[in-house]
Amino acid sequence: MVNVLLASLIDGLLIGFVYGIAAMGLSLIFGVMDVVNLAHGPIIALGMFGVYLLFSLLGLNPFIALILVAVMGLLFGLVMYMTAVHRVIDAPPLSSLLATFAVNMMIIGIGTSLFTTSSYNVEYSLGTVTAGPINVTGTRLAASLIALLVTAALYWFLYYTRTGKYIRAVANNRSSAELMGIPSTRILALSFGIGTMLAAIAGGLIATIFPINILAGGSYELKSFVIVVMGGLGNPLGALIGGLILGLMEGVVPVFMKTTWVPVLEFMLFIIILLVRPQGILGAKE
Amino acid sequence: MSRKVMFVLGMLVIVALMLTACAPAPAAKTSGAEKTVTIGFTASQTGKYNVESSRQTNGLKMWVDDVNNAGGIKLSDGTVLKFATKFYDDESNKDRVQELYTRLATEDNANFLISPYSSGLTAAAAVIAEQYGKIMITTGAASDATYKQGYTLVYQAYTPASRYLTSSVDLLGSLDASAKKIAFVYENSKFSTSVVEAAKAYAEAQGYDVVLFEGYDPDTSDFNPFINKIQAASPDAIMGGGHFQDGSTFARQINEKNLPVKFISLLVAPPEPTFSELGDAAVGVAGPSQWEAAAKYSPEAAKAAGMDWLGLSSTEFAQKYEKAYGEAPSYHAAGGYAAGLLLQNAIQKADSIETAKVKAALDATNLMIFFGPLKFDTSADAHGLQVGHSMIVVQWQRDSSGKLVKQVVWPTSGATADPLYPIH
Repeated sequence: MVNVLLASLIDGLLIGFVYGIAAMGLSLIFGVMDVVNLAHGPIIALGMFGVYLLFSLLGLNPFIALILVAVMGLLFGLVMYMTAVHRVIDAPPLSSLLATFAVNMMIIGIGTSLFTTSSYNVEYSLGTVTAGPINVTGTRLAASLIALLVTAALYWFLYYTRTGKYIRAVANNRSSAELMGIPSTRILALSFGIGTMLAAIAGGLIATIFPINILAGGSYELKSFVIVVMGGLGNPLGALIGGLILGLMEGVVPVFMKTTWVPVLEFMLFIIILLVRPQGILGAKE
Repeated sequence: MSRKVMFVLGMLVIVALMLTACAPAPAAKTSGAEKTVTIGFTASQTGKYNVESSRQTNGLKMWVDDVNNAGGIKLSDGTVLKFATKFYDDESNKDRVQELYTRLATEDNANFLISPYSSGLTAAAAVIAEQYGKIMITTGAASDATYKQGYTLVYQAYTPASRYLTSSVDLLGSLDASAKKIAFVYENSKFSTSVVEAAKAYAEAQGYDVVLFEGYDPDTSDFNPFINKIQAASPDAIMGGGHFQDGSTFARQINEKNLPVKFISLLVAPPEPTFSELGDAAVGVAGPSQWEAAAKYSPEAAKAAGMDWLGLSSTEFAQKYEKAYGEAPSYHAAGGYAAGLLLQNAIQKADSIETAKVKAALDATNLMIFFGPLKFDTSADAHGLQVGHSMIVVQWQRDSSGKLVKQVVWPTSGATADPLYPIH
């Protein structure tokens, strides 16, 4: 029993880090500009296919391919912000919801016509790490480590660089930040780009662990929403903690009951947090 | 003027020639001792069952051609029976099936009916067949329920869903008497659940201990929680799965986690040729299949089992089919051909095409063909249910050159290789 619990705990925790960075992307965008990015899931799927294509067509190591995917994710976000989001940034929330939803439909439409909805596998293995009764696949371990590194890098960027500080300033109060001479449009575009970059990285990491298809981003988008609300809207660190909680639940709950209960318990926790602590575990952005 | 007349006359001659060429073949029904038997069915030429249904229809048409080319069936009174098909597109739609089977039975006067593809459409067609007193051979329809409605004229060619995994249990029993623990992990869908519930009851009746019995969502991509639970339950065998995607992911993750298990049998995924893309993760994974081209059912095997033999061998069928349709036959195609052979056997035995006589012959069927042994339940509770055919179990193994090959490992009479056991 202890062995199963330990193995499940580790499996859950490792995948939790990846959930965490997927959710961080969503959280960052909402935190900075109050936009709920409904194209989050498809961008995760683009990240998956980015790694898949670079690996299967060019033979690139998937973890190296991830660097390219991250850059493309950033550029995609900048372009998407300038074309679809910027002009509705100050409009009522419904406008930005519709704009990002339109992008969501476009990605899914093009993706489906290119790849169909069939599944693909990144046939890459790093072997299995065995420690006593616990077996962890190398790719899962590597994905979690990278997710942890990305989180640390994001934290450092937001708190210790000038641009990061600009982002936090714009998030706190855009008008005041503009009065201080911060180029808010550029900062908003960059924040959006970082958000989509995190989604693409998460997708790329998931592709090394699980089979992918163009609609697979949807379930991670849903998980991201739950995580973001749990951790606190607009709070990236909260997103990481929310991700770990969700991962742990997915790992540990099946030890005690049928796996079909996992979403029931997840959403129960989601509702309880909304009722008792609507600002999330770490609190929403100030 | 004369040129004009010549032109008109010339045109008339051409039209007359064309009309002669297009005229229907004489003696559509009878000509002396020759009689045409109409086989009616619907095919899903459009809609979601298109692929499987086309293959089934191809198989059936190939049987019609084969039997006609061989001179038809000769009855003792000298009548020669030739076969013709009459079919419509059912659009993969139940309502269309009922309309069209009514038409086949009444307006087209089909002598015998063959089912559409899928259990759902077949259930709809079976009602009509029974209502109009027509014999219907079903193929591509595994569900047990259709044969438990009290019908008397509907006969199943496929192994029913309730016995999909029982062959795997039998195989395990024959391999290792000390293996007693089975874990069932399966997709939460109607088909998979009904299969594993029946397999669980069967396994328990055989004295197995079912240490885990749990379903997963159809879109599951992370099987680690299940694998951890399986490891804790330490079974000898894992059975279950559902469809291709989840089954292959499950097999892959079992391998990645180095799960020490002796035997794995999964639904649907292992018989698919693309399963080999899993590489090492495919090695040792077994699964049930209705038919495989490699299965060695033969006249000798039929004789040994005390059964009649009819038709061609699996290899001949596969070659012929590939030549005709440019692709290797799937079990759907084999099922179509098998339905024709079942009918042929019954007509030959009955020496007639009268429904009552053919029905009696079908009830007494004890036949082996390239598709496997075939026999029907004749009890009132489950009349027509297939009881002779059993699932073949295939297993992926590496050949001497290290290449992955799908081998038939069960039943032993049709096996192409010894089972790889234990896997780990």
